[in-house]
Amino acid sequence: MKDLLVRAYRTIESVRGPLVLVRGIREASLGEMVTLELENGQKRAGQVIELHGTYATIQVFGSTEKISPASTVVHFREEEASINLSPLILGRAFSGGGEPMDGGGPIAPVVKRGISGAAINPIRRDVPRDFIQTGISSIDGMNTLVRGQKLPIFSGAGLPANEIASHIISHAKVLREDDAFAIVFAGMGITSVEAEFFNKTFEMSGAIGHSVVFMNLADDPVVERLLTPRFALTVAEYLAFDLGMHVLAVLSDMTHYCNALREVSSSREEIPGRRGYPGYMYTDFASLYERAGRIKGLKGSVTQMPILTMPDDDITHPIADLTGYITEGQIVLDRALHRKGIFPPINVLPSLSRLMGLGIGEGKTREDHRQWSDQLYMCYARGMEQRRVAAIIGEESLGDTERSYLRFSDEFEKTFINQRNETRPMEETLRAGWELLSSMPEQELIRISREMISKYLPRGKEGK
Amino acid sequence: MTNTPRISGISGPTITAELMRGCFMHEVVRVGWEKLLGEIIRIDGDLAVIQVYEETLGLKIGDPVERTGELLSVELGPGLLGGIFDGIQRPLPSLYERWGDYISKGAIVPRLDKIRKWRFTPVAKAGDRVEGGTVLGTVEETPAITHRIMVPPCVSGTIAAINSGEFTIAEPVAELDDGTRITMRQRWNIREPRPTAERLGFNVPMLTGQRILDTLFPVAEGGSAIIPGGFGTGKTVLEQTIAKFAAASVIIYIGCGERGNEMSDVLHQFPLLSDPYTGRPLMERTILIANTSNMPVAAREASIYTGMAMAEYYRDMGLRVALMADSTSRWAEALREISSRLEEMPGEEGYPTYLASRLAAFYERAGRFRCLGRKEEVGAITVIGAISPPGGDFSEPVTQASMRTASTFWALDYDLAYQRHFPAINWRTSYSLVAPNLSRWFAENAATDWGAMVEEANAILQREEELADIAKVVGIDAMGEKERVEMELARLIREGYLRQSSTHPTDAFCSQVRQTKLLAMFLDYARTVSSAVHKGCPLETVLRAPMVEALLRAREMPEDGLDAELQSLREEVRAYFGKGWA
Ligand SMILES: Nc1ncnc2c1ncn2[C@@H]1O[C@H](COP(=O)(O)OP(=O)(O)O)[C@@H](O)[C@H]1O
Ligand SMILES: [Mg+2]
Repeated sequence: MKDLLVRAYRTIESVRGPLVLVRGIREASLGEMVTLELENGQKRAGQVIELHGTYATIQVFGSTEKISPASTVVHFREEEASINLSPLILGRAFSGGGEPMDGGGPIAPVVKRGISGAAINPIRRDVPRDFIQTGISSIDGMNTLVRGQKLPIFSGAGLPANEIASHIISHAKVLREDDAFAIVFAGMGITSVEAEFFNKTFEMSGAIGHSVVFMNLADDPVVERLLTPRFALTVAEYLAFDLGMHVLAVLSDMTHYCNALREVSSSREEIPGRRGYPGYMYTDFASLYERAGRIKGLKGSVTQMPILTMPDDDITHPIADLTGYITEGQIVLDRALHRKGIFPPINVLPSLSRLMGLGIGEGKTREDHRQWSDQLYMCYARGMEQRRVAAIIGEESLGDTERSYLRFSDEFEKTFINQRNETRPMEETLRAGWELLSSMPEQELIRISREMISKYLPRGKEGK
Repeated sequence: MTNTPRISGISGPTITAELMRGCFMHEVVRVGWEKLLGEIIRIDGDLAVIQVYEETLGLKIGDPVERTGELLSVELGPGLLGGIFDGIQRPLPSLYERWGDYISKGAIVPRLDKIRKWRFTPVAKAGDRVEGGTVLGTVEETPAITHRIMVPPCVSGTIAAINSGEFTIAEPVAELDDGTRITMRQRWNIREPRPTAERLGFNVPMLTGQRILDTLFPVAEGGSAIIPGGFGTGKTVLEQTIAKFAAASVIIYIGCGERGNEMSDVLHQFPLLSDPYTGRPLMERTILIANTSNMPVAAREASIYTGMAMAEYYRDMGLRVALMADSTSRWAEALREISSRLEEMPGEEGYPTYLASRLAAFYERAGRFRCLGRKEEVGAITVIGAISPPGGDFSEPVTQASMRTASTFWALDYDLAYQRHFPAINWRTSYSLVAPNLSRWFAENAATDWGAMVEEANAILQREEELADIAKVVGIDAMGEKERVEMELARLIREGYLRQSSTHPTDAFCSQVRQTKLLAMFLDYARTVSSAVHKGCPLETVLRAPMVEALLRAREMPEDGLDAELQSLREEVRAYFGKGWA
């Protein structure tokens, strides 16, 4: 046992933004947690993020208000950030800093784990392949979600990303339902109204008993958000790989997380990357998003659904861009669809599920699924193109074929994408798509084989 | 304790060590009690800055630093093929044995199997004069590849003794008269190109089995191609497809800072896939390097060099190697991250000013060469690098710097990807600077008039672009019949020839012979239609032609019976347009 006195210092040299520089440190490790004790006895958590000679740079997770070189004592705790885990964690709610918030007292640990997470050895990853039915046609049909995937929602200010996430939390199911599932939620910088909305979702859907919630609200300390998703994902991994559950982790809102990242970076006077975000944001994102998947020989899975708000609806903004480069696709919300009153306002063209191919087809969804969705994509993309052309030259000047594409895209939005709060089983989604395809001249259906057309194209219209 | 080197600063993946007098640049060191692998990247008096190839969380000031006196190198020898390594050549299966499902830190594991014995068959004999590159003997490394054991570069002499039989890579198989013992293992500094006898020009394509690439934008054997594209445009699928079908003897696939699930997909698929040329499992001639995005940044930086050194080693055996790197942007970002920790003066977008020269030096290691010590033999490395430009904007530094060195440019396009037109290669902006060098090869091997055929296809596509612009202004109905026919012909080429499914059993790989047949079919059709229209055949007749569907599906027809199918299709076309217009 080391002398505890040696591990407490009253040698703060400077305070800048969320950072505190402490001098005269003899033994400290990178990533070590510290407690800053204020004169009035208040405590704040912090973490060592850089060491130089006898200086340690500490990022403070709470506010730095009243931290004073003269009186604040810094205790080095000789441990990394960690969380107590046990099966009893299900149903519990925590602050963004990992403190129990539901009056249920601390978790008696079965295990205690560091929250920074380690990379899964790529040879140990198992290929995701179980289709998750969300009941949303534009996802199930066009951008299928599978267990172990990380599929974010790219939203814009005021667009209903939370409602979609809530729909998924309430209705998602795997077709052969035999396994235990759980939801882990990390709220980052969300408003109390949003938090309330999610809490209600958990209650109404009956998910509350198998959910674990971490909430960092908009008025909670900003830097604490750097910990929130890490607590959540550590819990998700525990539930999935220790307890064998299928976990859906919802992280909302990544944009607020990034602001915390930017705040720390600018206080460190780092050279900013694009739009002021740090150059290592990709690597930082990867350390979160890659904590999804399946592991060979283990039963559970972690499926991630991060939600982010694209500033100015700009999909090239670094937050969306870097996310899209790591996640296995994206669901993109669209303001124009939202204005037309379409729910969910998912623009399927820039949306993508990279793992779709693994979760669909014969024995999973249906044999025609891939060709069917390719064909819908093609028709909708051509229709949108005609919409642009028609805007310039007028609809009358379009040729017959062109006009049928234009009509297709209108109907596609109105009847396929738009589904209000209806939950559509997979067969219903496929049926709706075929119905739309039957309105097209048949020689245009070049992405579908003859065999599938004669099998699935609604009768009576064939050969029209 | 007081005089031994130790950590004096820690900032992310870089640490500073003091009491390092005597160390040298790029020396490999072992950092901390767990002996993490590091490399010296700056020296200041007796301080050294070290980039650490493993997670630095938990390191402390005062922890020991050990010098090794060596450069960061790869171990080369039998046992590489079929292997899967991290960015610093640690076999992932060994890391699994050591730590389980997650990668932890501080394991010194053998990079090549030291216990396995290989049957060495000498081809040189005692008394032979040998130099760097001379083949001493062979090992059947896998059923697909005969591994040639060579004298390492910079070693020469006369063979005093040479053995035959089963050896481990560490046991000498030959001894020179000066006492030098030669084993089946070589070490090589990853950042230094292995020497060759002579660089040769480009005159052979490296076929990929992808129609749009081989026909319109071929890459030369020994050349380099870059694939820039925003997320979701198809870089990874294209890299993997080429890895499966490229006409190369050895494939080195580097997953550099990309997704874990994608690497597991490759690992899952490749052992099941068979080589389109030999029918053998693909893994017998493949090496995978997986340093995913959440694995340490410094090892990501090293990964492309680790792969390149391996590629050069197989090239030295006189083999044709294809090296795929997905994505070079992640490598560049690792470089940027380390540079900013060093507080170097940043260049464009925060990248270090030496970004362009590092990239150029990397691509320069591609090429066709006469082998060191065996001038009569030729080996080649073709590099295919994916680039992930932020926002899909090609004006950014990595794309720009790569464009200056790579001779083939395959631009991926969001619009095409949104329409699920794959491969989403934009035929307007892509180019191949080496196409002229390869024309002779195509004339001799594809079709005598291949150049003219390609030009004809290009002209049709080019014409469509002009017409599409007009159609946007006046509306398609206002276009002349002749123009609408031209647009229809272009559509057929786009849909039926340029598009290619990476998952369809027959379409995924299209041999050169098949490409010639399909292209000839479309051009034949275009000529027949054009001349019919010229003679008064109405637009409706063209648009309603019943064989269009068969034309569009020809790319999916099985190879068996393709010729007969194409022939009967041709007759149908002639009969249909023959009614007075042909
Ligand atoms: N040649 C192809 N054939 C069919 N689908 C493709 C092809 N290329 C890309 N795709 C589709 O596009 C998705 C994204 O491709 P990917 O290579 O992962 O993009 P990137 O690496 O550029 O982000 C894939 O998941 C697949 O659905
Ligand atoms: Mg990719």
